Amino acid sequence: MTPPVDDVLVRSLVPGVLGVLVRRGADFAAAEDAVQEALVEAVRSWPAAPPRDPKGWLVTVAWRKFLDATRAETTRRRREEAVADEPPSGPVPSTDDTLQLYFLCAHPSLTPASAVALTLRAVGGLTTRQIAAAYLVPEATMAQRISRAKRTVSGIRFDSPGDVATVLRVLYLVFNEGYSGDVDLAAEAIRLTRQLAAAVDHPEVAGLLALMLLHHARRAARTADDGSLVPLAEQDRRRWDTALISEGVQVLQAALARDRLGEYQAQAAIAALHADAPTAAETDWVQIVEWYDELVRLTGSPVVRLNRAVAVGEADGPRAGLAALASVDASVPRFVAVQAYLHEKDGDRTTAARLYAEAAARAGNAAERDHLTRQAARLNSPGRPGR
Amino acid sequence: MAKYLMLKHYRSTSKSLDCAPMDQWTPDEVSAHMQYMNDFAAKLTETGEFVGGQALAPEGVWVRYDGEGRPPVTDGPFAETKDLIAGWMVIDVDSYERAVELAGELSAAPGPGGEPIREWLELRPFLGAPPTITE
Repeated sequence: MTPPVDDVLVRSLVPGVLGVLVRRGADFAAAEDAVQEALVEAVRSWPAAPPRDPKGWLVTVAWRKFLDATRAETTRRRREEAVADEPPSGPVPSTDDTLQLYFLCAHPSLTPASAVALTLRAVGGLTTRQIAAAYLVPEATMAQRISRAKRTVSGIRFDSPGDVATVLRVLYLVFNEGYSGDVDLAAEAIRLTRQLAAAVDHPEVAGLLALMLLHHARRAARTADDGSLVPLAEQDRRRWDTALISEGVQVLQAALARDRLGEYQAQAAIAALHADAPTAAETDWVQIVEWYDELVRLTGSPVVRLNRAVAVGEADGPRAGLAALASVDASVPRFVAVQAYLHEKDGDRTTAARLYAEAAARAGNAAERDHLTRQAARLNSPGRPGR
Repeated sequence: MAKYLMLKHYRSTSKSLDCAPMDQWTPDEVSAHMQYMNDFAAKLTETGEFVGGQALAPEGVWVRYDGEGRPPVTDGPFAETKDLIAGWMVIDVDSYERAVELAGELSAAPGPGGEPIREWLELRPFLGAPPTITE
């Protein structure tokens, strides 16, 4: 039996290969299609004949695919060939290409959903079918979303300067939002963030990577066998992945030492403090509140203020938490759930039960709704203990 | 991105509006209406926002469990069609505002005389996947 092609290894070569094609003068959209075709061919032919230089192989095949497509197009349009058959030679700065590719795929002219889809395909090397399955839309719809995104960025010079922050927002979305299908989006987001961290030296890239690693470490403990959500305080911490935690902490510490704090580093610092507590009761909430103060200063986000109120409730008691909650916009998702939690901590079970039920009705996802419904049910049936 | 369900009810074209039931339209008016629906779905595929859609037959029954070893009880067919769902479409859009915009556009499907029928569509958000980072 021939060994299967290492999918992750092959896909890690995609940005470099695409970069070479674009530097040789290929139009981005056409080059991206050519690279996808080369990937398909690699999966087919590598098991029987593994290349000595996989990247070189992909560049050669993708370039040929590109030329074939260009010729077909040229013939169709009865136009002279615009691209020379022989590619120009010379060294190619591959890390720069990788970074430029991230910038292009996260370009601010794209909607978040388009940027996510384009990044997963052009940088991640996933197929349209895989991306469609990950976001539960038909393949035809996803194909259109991607080709529109390519058209949107087609006029942008490949080497125009970009903003790392826009790239980080896209990678954060990939990690945080999506369904679990064939493709492990969280793992893919981590891979893409690692790859970005290798291409650019930026403390916030490291901060996001640390944040992802620290949350990914809790994955096994986050859901019960029946698929229900297990809140942080009730997770079995022995099931947390200590290797991911120590890597996350290391990456974070190196970033913080640069003394250029940003929102992802601050969020990762909070995750690291949770990771550091052997039990929920031993959590250093006072320090967590301090990090939330930093985050409020950095982002001013109402979601951060809401989470800060939870931390204040743990550090200084539920009354203090409710007082902190008073200045938070009540329309923020999960506001009522936090209110319910703090009222229960304060001993007002009746109000808490009513608020949990209200929060359940407002929940944005089924797992959270079910969890909140169980909380309300637990408080409404005093004789029956339960989670 | 967020997914929304757009529900079309039978009542809206006949009852709540000054609009005759579809079987009293001219064949061309019916065709124009159907064409509008198809074009709408095709356009949403092109914008990368279409997830799915189906029309439903008006004949249906209520069904419920009736105890161990007994066949399910059925009730119907319905005497009134006013609250029946006539069809559904699921969209995947960037915002609530975009969902409302699209529902408004679908509600402008032509009726008698080519005039928009202005039917009420029910717009319901899907419950999505839980986010990983919540604290």
